[in-house]
Amino acid sequence: MNERISRDDVAHVARLACLSLTDDELDSFTSQLADILEHAADLDALELEEIEPTAHPLPLANVLRDDEPGAVADREAFLASAPQVENNQFKVPPALGDPS
Amino acid sequence: MNAREIPSAIRNGETTAKEVLETHLKAIQNREEEIHAFNLVMEEEARNEAERIDALAAKGEDPGPLTGIPIAIKDNICTQGVPTTCSSKILDGWRPPYDATIIERLRDAGAVIVGKTNLDEFAMGASTENSAFGPTRNPLDTTRVPGGSSGGSAAAVAAGFAPLAIGSDTGGSIRQPAALCGVVGVKPTYGRVSRYGLVAFASSLDQIGPFAETVADAALLLEVISGHDPLDTTSIPEPPLDLSTALTQGVEGLRIGVIDELSGGAIEGISDDVLGCLEDAVQALTSAGAIVERTSVPSTVYGLSAYYVIAPAEASSNLARYDGVRFGPRVDAKTTSEMMVATRTAGFGDEVKRRIMLGTYALSAGYYDAYYGKSQKVRTLIMNDFANAYKKYDLLLSPTAPTTAFPLGDKTEDPLQMYLQDICTISSNLAGHPAMSVPFGKGTDGLPVGIQVLASAMDEHTMFRAGAVLEASNQGKS
Amino acid sequence: MTDDILDGWETVIGLEVHAELATNTKLFSSARNVFGGEPNTNIDPVSLGLPGSLPVLNKKAVELAIRVGLALNCRVQRSVFARKNYFYPDMPKAYQISQFDLPINEGGWLELPDGRQIGIERAHLEEDTGKSSHVGGGGRIHEADYSLVDYNRAGVPLIEIVGAPDLRSADDAREYVAELRSILVAIGASDGKMEEGSMRVDCNVSVRPQGNQEFGTRCEVKNINSLRSLGRAIEYEARRQVDIITSGQQVEQQTRHWDEADGRTHTLRSKEEAFDYRYFSEPDLVPLDPSPEWITEIQESQPPLPRQRRIDLAKASKTEPRDVALIVQKDLDEFALSAIEKGADASRVLVHLANNLADGVGHLTEDAFAALIHLETNGDLSATQAKTVLADLVDKGGDPAQVAADHGFEAMDTSELDALIESIINEHPDDWSAFVQGDAEERKKKSGFFVGQVMKMTKGQADGKVVNDILLHRAEN
Repeated sequence: MNERISRDDVAHVARLACLSLTDDELDSFTSQLADILEHAADLDALELEEIEPTAHPLPLANVLRDDEPGAVADREAFLASAPQVENNQFKVPPALGDPS
Repeated sequence: MNAREIPSAIRNGETTAKEVLETHLKAIQNREEEIHAFNLVMEEEARNEAERIDALAAKGEDPGPLTGIPIAIKDNICTQGVPTTCSSKILDGWRPPYDATIIERLRDAGAVIVGKTNLDEFAMGASTENSAFGPTRNPLDTTRVPGGSSGGSAAAVAAGFAPLAIGSDTGGSIRQPAALCGVVGVKPTYGRVSRYGLVAFASSLDQIGPFAETVADAALLLEVISGHDPLDTTSIPEPPLDLSTALTQGVEGLRIGVIDELSGGAIEGISDDVLGCLEDAVQALTSAGAIVERTSVPSTVYGLSAYYVIAPAEASSNLARYDGVRFGPRVDAKTTSEMMVATRTAGFGDEVKRRIMLGTYALSAGYYDAYYGKSQKVRTLIMNDFANAYKKYDLLLSPTAPTTAFPLGDKTEDPLQMYLQDICTISSNLAGHPAMSVPFGKGTDGLPVGIQVLASAMDEHTMFRAGAVLEASNQGKS
Repeated sequence: MTDDILDGWETVIGLEVHAELATNTKLFSSARNVFGGEPNTNIDPVSLGLPGSLPVLNKKAVELAIRVGLALNCRVQRSVFARKNYFYPDMPKAYQISQFDLPINEGGWLELPDGRQIGIERAHLEEDTGKSSHVGGGGRIHEADYSLVDYNRAGVPLIEIVGAPDLRSADDAREYVAELRSILVAIGASDGKMEEGSMRVDCNVSVRPQGNQEFGTRCEVKNINSLRSLGRAIEYEARRQVDIITSGQQVEQQTRHWDEADGRTHTLRSKEEAFDYRYFSEPDLVPLDPSPEWITEIQESQPPLPRQRRIDLAKASKTEPRDVALIVQKDLDEFALSAIEKGADASRVLVHLANNLADGVGHLTEDAFAALIHLETNGDLSATQAKTVLADLVDKGGDPAQVAADHGFEAMDTSELDALIESIINEHPDDWSAFVQGDAEERKKKSGFFVGQVMKMTKGQADGKVVNDILLHRAEN
C-alpha cells in the first residue's frame, strides 16, 4: 500500500495543522503515527471496489430551516470570552495574506 | 434512593430537593479529593436550583420528570456562563454564552446540575488519563482508571456523587467507563440525542448518553434528553423515547446473537474472566426465555482501523477552530499565524496532537483515497454486516471492554494499547446503532465486568428489555 | 480596443463571481443577513464557530440557488456540502462549508445580449467569511500593527458562479458581468452591488497566440470592485503576460491582486503554493436533493429574465433585442412597456429612456410620461422643450401640460384656457368652494360642471383632461 509515514510527512502535516513540534516530538510522533497507520493497512485485505463510501450513518436528506431571524445577539456575551477586543471587534496580531 | 424515586418523594413531601442535594454534596466532599471526578463542582448553582424546585413543589407545581435529581455533566457539554473546558488547557476558563440543547431539557425537567465532570482531553482516550487537569480514579479501586473518555461521569455515579450523569460516546466513551466502574451506560442511536452544544470530536460518530446506577434510571434520563432538535441537522425527526414498557417486557422469544469475533474468536486480548461473565450473561438470557447463539459479524475486526482514520480526520477539522482568536487563552505573537501555532501548541496535549496530525494526514492531498476514502467504505461494510445479522437476530451481545479496570499508567506509554480498549464498542459508532453496557459479574480481581447489548438503529426499546433482564439476574447473583 | 503589443494574441478570460444571496438570515444559522450595521451584532454561536455549534441549512438560500441555476440553464441536482479547511482569522471554524464534488447546479450557459453563449461550469452554495480590517501602516496588510475582525458577514449565503474560459476581451467580460448581474437582480437572488461587496468578481486571465487551441498558463486576479476595474485589470494582465512571453520567459501560475490606485496587478505571495484544503464531506449536514416538484414550482414562479424582457420590449417597440438592452439592464423596461401600451410613440419612449432617464424616473409617472410624449408627437412641444419638461417631471412630478405651461411653452394655449377657467370660477364661487372642499365624488360632479362650462365657451375645442388638471392645480394651490 503506502510507504511508512516519514518524518518529513509529519513535519508537513504539523504545519498544515498549525502545530509546532520539537525535534524529539517529531521523532516520537513519527514512530507512533507510523504504527497506527500500519494498522490501517489491514484494510488493504478487503475488496472495496464496488462498495460505496458512507459519509453518514443516518439516511436523512433535505433538512432545511425557514428563513426567520432568531433572537438578537448579545454582543457583550460573545465578546466577553475574546482574548483581545477593540472597537467591538476581535483583535489579533497582523494577519498576512488571505490564502483563499 | 434510586434516581427514579426522587421526583415522587419530593412531590410527596417525603424529602426535598435541598435534602437530596446536600446528601450528595456531602458524598462529594468526602471522596472527591481522592477521586477527582469533577473539573468543577457547582455548589452555589445547584443550591439555587434546588431552592427553585422546592418552591415550585411547595406550590403544588410539577418541575418535571427529573425533579430534584442531582446530575453530573461531562465537561465537553456547553453550560451557559459556567466553564466548559473539555479538560483541555486551550479552553481553560471558557464560559459558553449558550446552553447545549440537552442542558435546557434537563433544566426544564427539574434536574439539579451538580458539576462538570473530568474527561480525556476533547474526549480522546479510554482512561481519563489524558485530561489536562489530572486523571480521575476508579472509586472501586483508586489505583485504577475509571475508563474514558467519560471517566469523570462514570466515577461520579459509581461513587454516589450523583445518581445520574451525562457522557458522550464516540468510540465507546460511555460504555467502557460504565463497564469499568460497574454502572449502566448507554450510547443511543446516532441522532437520537441532540449534539447542539456538545463540543465536537468526530461529528459522524459522537452521541450524548446517560450513566446511571440502574437500567430504569438510565431509561428515565434517556427519555428526557432524546427527541428531535431543529438546531441539529443530524437529529432524527422523532419525538422523545418512551421506554416504560421495555423495563418489564422481558426477553421471551427474542433471538440474540453473541458476536463471535469479540467473544473468544478472531480478536485477541479479551481476558478470560470477561469471557466467563459473558457466558454467565448468555445463561441468564437463555433462562429468561431468549434464544441465544453465536454469530459472526466479520467486519468487526476492521472497525478499529477504520475508526482510527475517520475519527481523527473529523477531529482534525473540528479542532481547527481553537486558534486563539475568538475564545480561550491565547499565546501572543507577532503575526496571526504565529499566534495560532503558539496557542495550539501550548494548549493541546499529546494525544490530541497525535490525532490531529493523523487526521490531517488522512485527509491530505494524495492520501485521501488511501485512508479516509477507504475507511468510509469499510464503514459501509460494517453497516452491511450488521444489517445481515439483524435479519436473523433481534439483538447482539458482546463484552463491553476487553478487561476490567487497569492500573493508572498501565497503557499510557503506547497509544495503540489504549486504542484496543475500544475494540468491542467501536462498531456501533461506525454503524450509528445503539448499544448499552450493563454490569454483570466480576473479574478475578473483584472488579466489575460490563456486558454490551447491541440493537439495530432506532431499537433502544428491545435493547432495554435485555438490559433489564441482565440487571435483574446480576442482582440475583450478588 | 487592441494595442500594438496584443496584436496577434488572444486573451482568454474565465470569471468567478460570488454573489451574496438576498435572504433574511445566514446560510447555516438564523443570525441576520444585513449589510452594514455595528460590528459583531449579527452573530450567534454558529456564526462565531463556537465549540458545540452546528449548521442548519436555510431553505430560502436553497430556493434562490435553484433560481440561479435555472436562470443559467444548469442541471439542478442532488448535492452535498464539503468542508474547505484553512486557517485565517476571518474563518470562524477554520473551515468554510462549501460544495466541492457535487454542487447544486452544474453545466449551464449564460447568453450575452448579442446571442453568444458563455459556458457556466457550476453555481454552488457556500458561506461567506467575516471581515478583517488592518490597523496601522496605512491599512495595508504588510505594514499593519494589528487586525480587527468583524463576523457580521461570516456565514452570509453566497452563490459562487464559475464561468468557462469562453470570454475573449475586456468588453466581453464586462458584458458578461452586467448580464449576470441583471439576471441575479431580476430573479431576486441578489442585489448585485459590486460597490457594497454583494457581488465580487475574480478573473482568470491567460493569453495565447491567435489561432492556438491550447490554453496558456493563467493567473487569477482578485480585488476587483467595479466593472471599470474589471476591464482595466484584464487589459493590464493580458499585456503583462504577453510581455513576459515575448521576452522569452514563462508565465507563472499565481494569484494576483489588482491595485486600483496603481493600475497594476501584483502577487500577494512570492511563491504560489497550491493550498491543500483537505476537502471532505461535511458530517454535520445531510445531502440536499430538491424534488422535481419543488424545482418545477420554482421554475414556474421564475420572474422574466432579462433575455425574455429584451425580446418582449423589442417586439412591442418593433426593434431588435440588442437595441433595448440598456433599458432592460436599467430595469426600465416595464415602464417603457406601460407607456407604449398607453399609446405613446415607441421610438420616442426608447429615446427618452436611453438618453434622458438613464439615471432613473424619479417622480415621473407612467401616465405623465405617456402624456408628455403625446404632446411631443402632436407637435405641441419641441424635442428640446419635451426634454426640459421631462427633467422637471422626474424632479418634482406633476402634469406635463401644466409644467409646460409653467415654463411658458405653448404659453398661449394654456394661458387662454387658464384665463377662461378663472373667469368661470369667479362666476360660480359656490360651485368652486364645493369643488375645492369636496370629497372625490363631489369633485367629480363639480369638475363635470366646470368642464361643461369650458366646453360651452370654447365650442368643444378644449382638452377636457387639461381642464381637469388646471382645476386640480388651482384647487391645491
